[in-house]
Amino acid sequence: MNKEEILAHLPYSKPFLFVDELLHIDENGSSGTFNFDKDLDFYKGHFKDHPVTPGVILTETMAQIGLVCLGIYLTGSAEGGVPGHVMLTSTAIDFMKPVFPGEKVKVIAEKVYFRFKKLNCTVQMLNEQHEVVCKGTIAGMVTNKMNA
Amino acid sequence: MDRADLIERLTPIIATYAQDKDAVASINETTDFIKDLRINSANLVDVILDVEEEFDIEIDNLSMERMLNVTAAIEIIEDKLKTK
Repeated sequence: MNKEEILAHLPYSKPFLFVDELLHIDENGSSGTFNFDKDLDFYKGHFKDHPVTPGVILTETMAQIGLVCLGIYLTGSAEGGVPGHVMLTSTAIDFMKPVFPGEKVKVIAEKVYFRFKKLNCTVQMLNEQHEVVCKGTIAGMVTNKMNA
Repeated sequence: MDRADLIERLTPIIATYAQDKDAVASINETTDFIKDLRINSANLVDVILDVEEEFDIEIDNLSMERMLNVTAAIEIIEDKLKTK
């Protein structure tokens, strides 16, 4: 599968799509970018008068670029394979720096293992100053059916 | 290695992922990973990966699919140790 095909298979749309561009993908990992538009709805409430990107959204962004794109690639590129759905099963993330409205981030994910349908990745997110804003591990089950 | 020894080595692995800690305390050959210990499917994979490491064996897909209780786990481990 190429990068365009993977993006086309993502099951998200605005306002919950957090992948703009896939920079690289192979069987060992993926990287991509997302620009946090300053008009995204959650900035109105997180926090009142002090918009900062919520940690859960940073986690989701790392999951979409890392785990989900890679899961689709690994299943869709297998011989006779069908691009799967990825169900998030665990996250362990440390947050180092805030991400403000309008910032563009880059996510780099590396596969730890993909066995028995479970994909486990280490992920990190960098800001435009190449500083690590958050990092950790994310895992999910890659299935044929949504919500299986 | 007899079955009691195997269960003793299995227990700490299982305890890491089990939701029901009382069921871990009373673990025996009839204990079911999902029904009794309430281990979810993602953590079931972790149990199997940890078992591979602990016993230095490789578990194939077919074995993985039937490794749902302590008895099946013991049988699979014994079998893989024999053919190592």
